[in-house]
Amino acid sequence: MKHVTATMAGTVINVLVNIGDSVNAGQDVIVMESMKMEVPIAAETGGKVAEVKVNVGDFVNEGDTVLVLE
Amino acid sequence: MRKVLIANRGEIARRIIRTCRAEGIVTVAVHSEADRAMPFVREADEAVCIGPPPVPQSYLNIDAIIGAAVSTGADAIHPGYGLLSENADFARRCREAGLLFIGPAPEVIARMGDKVTARQIMREAGVPVVPGFEGRMETPEEAVQQASEMGYPVMLKASAGGGGIGMQVVQNDDELRQAFLSAKGRAKAYFGNDTMFLEKYVQNPHHIEVQIVGDEHGRILHLLERECSIQRRHQKVLEESPSPFLDEATREKICAAAVACARAVGYTGVGTVEFIMDEQKNFYFLEMNTRLQVEHPVTEEMTGLDLVALQLAVARGEALRMQQSDVKALRHALELRVYAEDPVTFLPSPGTIAEYQPPRMEHVRIDDAVEAGTQVTPFYDPMIAKVIVSGATREETVQRAIAAMEQFRLTGIKTNIPFLLEVLRDDNFQQGIYTTQFVQNRRK
Repeated sequence: MKHVTATMAGTVINVLVNIGDSVNAGQDVIVMESMKMEVPIAAETGGKVAEVKVNVGDFVNEGDTVLVLE
Repeated sequence: MRKVLIANRGEIARRIIRTCRAEGIVTVAVHSEADRAMPFVREADEAVCIGPPPVPQSYLNIDAIIGAAVSTGADAIHPGYGLLSENADFARRCREAGLLFIGPAPEVIARMGDKVTARQIMREAGVPVVPGFEGRMETPEEAVQQASEMGYPVMLKASAGGGGIGMQVVQNDDELRQAFLSAKGRAKAYFGNDTMFLEKYVQNPHHIEVQIVGDEHGRILHLLERECSIQRRHQKVLEESPSPFLDEATREKICAAAVACARAVGYTGVGTVEFIMDEQKNFYFLEMNTRLQVEHPVTEEMTGLDLVALQLAVARGEALRMQQSDVKALRHALELRVYAEDPVTFLPSPGTIAEYQPPRMEHVRIDDAVEAGTQVTPFYDPMIAKVIVSGATREETVQRAIAAMEQFRLTGIKTNIPFLLEVLRDDNFQQGIYTTQFVQNRRK
């Protein structure tokens, strides 16, 4: 299991993947917004999406897990 | 003018309150639910909560703000910078509600807010603009055709853009094709206007702006320049004046061009004309900011003038009492913007401030928004404080700035203070040799 974590605190404005999707290393999976800035969160490694931990509109802190890959 | 409502937040609201108070004007703060405990809310004579934290529901909510002005009996509105400050519709609505809008006429805001219109006006006024194309471009192929005539690299820009949002440098046809539709989509989402234009990209440029002030009696003066080339993500981090890059002849030319810009639109109040300057000191009009600028304290510390007081005087219909020859660079001045962000990645870092002790030193002015215990929320701009330093020479100013930033105590959130110190200690910066590529080049 590999965890994709938020690189900053902010609001989730888009979830780009669904459970079961295969993602590549470096692929953007979540888009967050904080302090007038949009920041995509990329998966550091590839894998299959096992769990999406956040919904659009959720507030997450830096380091929180947003996605679990298997 | 007896009571002014400030349609803004944070440090600029406090800054405006200071001058209003000195002039015996009562102040009204408006704030979102997230900003209840902020110092600016407490410092105003009255405060009105205008809505939930997201800006569209609070600080951009024109009905709520005008409602607050009417219910508190304010007779004028100061828009600060950002938010509604360059919204012509807001200025018009203020006027219709019988409120004095502290800024230029709505028609002037509208003409300068549209970058394409502004370029046309300036070209007609004889002010150089960056070579570019502002005709209609609906498809990537139309853009590619124009760009190939102009020669790469080109800058793709949104007509309604600002603050670094909606602009992108592209190097070739493929990059332009890829960027065009997404940039257009983003412009539509952010600004409600997806008109795009192309500009020839000026390599290794300086970003230099000129402060101007005009009254309702036809007098327009410049208040010298500000060098704003230290930027990250097209946003300013450090500004200073006089610019170490300008010689006296170029300074005179660029300041005269700024006055011509202001005259071309019948400008009243304080405003800023932004230019881009290449290595040969050719300069081109970029845009005009029809409001008080974040970095206005640089000009204040350099010239000894109070720009908010000038805004109030012009809004009251008073004639400017000074002459152009009265405007002098008495000192060197430099401003550092403290952002709640990671000093390496520049990613936002909201959170709660634990310890907060800005430097208290002679020749150091602090314009800040926060205190110990303030929650820096993710809803607004990451700038939490400005440190403005002055000195007899640039060298003295830079040394004082280093001493000031070394003493700045702020814990609980990440800030760019270590990055600002890195800039101040840089050899090239200390010699006054830098362009807008400075931050990027250092990061390589």
